[in-house]
Amino acid sequence: MGIAMRETFGRTLQLMKDDPRLVVLDADLGSATKSLMFKSVCPQRYIDVGIAEQDMVGTAAGLSVCGMIPIVSTFSVFLVGRALDQIRNTIAYPNLNVKLAGTHAGVSVGYDGASHEAVADLAIMRALPNMTVLCSSDAPETAAMLKTAYNYQGPVYMRISRIGVNDYHDENYKFKIGQGEIICPGTDCSVIATGIMVPEAITAAKLLKKSNISLCVINMPSIKPIDRNLIIRAAKVTGAIVTAEEHNIIGGLGSAVSEVLSTTVPVPMQFVGIKDCYGTSGDYNVLLQAYHLKATDIAAAVKKAITMKNNM
Amino acid sequence: MDITDLTEVSRRIRLDTIKAIYHVKTGHPGGALSIADILAVLYFNELNIDVQNPAWPDRDRFILSKGHGCTSLYAALAEKGFFQKEKLLTLRQYGSILQGHPDMKSTPGLDMSSGSLGQGLSIGNGMALAAKLQNKSYRVYVLLGDGELEEGQIWEAAMTASKYHLDNLIAIIDANGLQINGPTDEVMQVEPIDKKFSAFGWNTIVIDGNAIPQILTALKKVKRVKNKPSVIIAKTIKGKGISYMENNIKWHSGVPNPQEYKTALQELEGEL
Repeated sequence: MGIAMRETFGRTLQLMKDDPRLVVLDADLGSATKSLMFKSVCPQRYIDVGIAEQDMVGTAAGLSVCGMIPIVSTFSVFLVGRALDQIRNTIAYPNLNVKLAGTHAGVSVGYDGASHEAVADLAIMRALPNMTVLCSSDAPETAAMLKTAYNYQGPVYMRISRIGVNDYHDENYKFKIGQGEIICPGTDCSVIATGIMVPEAITAAKLLKKSNISLCVINMPSIKPIDRNLIIRAAKVTGAIVTAEEHNIIGGLGSAVSEVLSTTVPVPMQFVGIKDCYGTSGDYNVLLQAYHLKATDIAAAVKKAITMKNNM
Repeated sequence: MDITDLTEVSRRIRLDTIKAIYHVKTGHPGGALSIADILAVLYFNELNIDVQNPAWPDRDRFILSKGHGCTSLYAALAEKGFFQKEKLLTLRQYGSILQGHPDMKSTPGLDMSSGSLGQGLSIGNGMALAAKLQNKSYRVYVLLGDGELEEGQIWEAAMTASKYHLDNLIAIIDANGLQINGPTDEVMQVEPIDKKFSAFGWNTIVIDGNAIPQILTALKKVKRVKNKPSVIIAKTIKGKGISYMENNIKWHSGVPNPQEYKTALQELEGEL
């Protein structure tokens, strides 16, 4: 198991401390999001507004228009939920250079339960004009993504999980906004996954190999802009697509992929994700099973998609 | 600029405000007229800004948090020379640089977008914090409505400004006592505004916000205060300068008819 993605988030912030433009903002969750690690190396550019997400986002806007580059972080459910109007009117609409890091996304938050589990953040952020939406899938990608988002000019929402996964990237990984990557090639079906579902998809490919099914696994860390060319190519080559995300099947990665394919290469699709419901408390592994977010669920969806393809 | 000149500027801001709203038949006259004197003093006596270089990094910043009052801000910016006065007659129209609520990407001289109430003070805090982090001496001025104080984010920001000792931040409350649904003290008890800010750790001053000498004195005083933010509670008259609009709730938004417009022009031009 690799290190937790929030841990990587904190470590990467520490490594970025020498840029005098960087300001890290927190709303009393720095010990959980790990932004407190930045405070320990650069207290003067760490701002804690207390339990006040709306004020945090507004403060970031003011810092931004005066030449600083703020990285705002809190649990994604509170960032996107409580501060939505601030993000919409004060960050996205004026297109300000503010980075929004939503940690503890999805049901893998675990024991804290539904109130703390963001299941709609990708959908909400994706629908805001000007907003770039990213989702990291392992520790090296979290680090690369944070640095890329920081150097990009404009508002970015970055979704980060609490947990660690089996890292499938190394520190040489190059992340580019708008670009997906083929993790393993295949010919029968493609699974396009994001976040912690990518390692599950890799496992699914191994499981399906035993049934002589050749699965192409694609990591899609950039939800908006999305890698249209790669999606179209995957549809053309494999003729069936499964999307996998730790997010509501409404409005997230699955919707983004089907928006591309329905107007270009319509192929049979299946959606692995949270089926329009809230999370609950529990061990995160139990929750991933309960919400059908495991490799076996992806493998089952792949078989359905292939059956649809064969029946066409 | 002396008091006579500032009074003349505020008269022209009011005149241009009502001309624009009448011309395009849409807008919010009441809350634009109540702040005309404050805007005149800020833009013609107080703010360290450069019309030739609107993006000058060391300039003072101004945020109109009560964004619906923007017609008089546009009039002040035009008066200052950020754009031609004729642009005022394109207010709120498709393709105009003067949007229905302030849009920093459209209007020269505008430091921040606004329109959704309650957000300007947090943004001002961010600007003031940036000045401190960059060792710059510019000040940040945020103009808020009294009804706007009903938004919870204002009080989040009030705590943050106090925590970070933002003595380079000056909030001004346009306390005109009226909001859309009725008198502010009936809709929601925001008073005592001065005691509330004082309890949040702010330096407070209460003035007549339509009296230019008082605005001048208050701004001079607050600049001497160290280690804490200041708020000027400016008691104003909504619709100030046009008799039938003064303290009349129906002019929050609305357009005068031709007879009312004639009266408005006579009153504002008669002040000469």
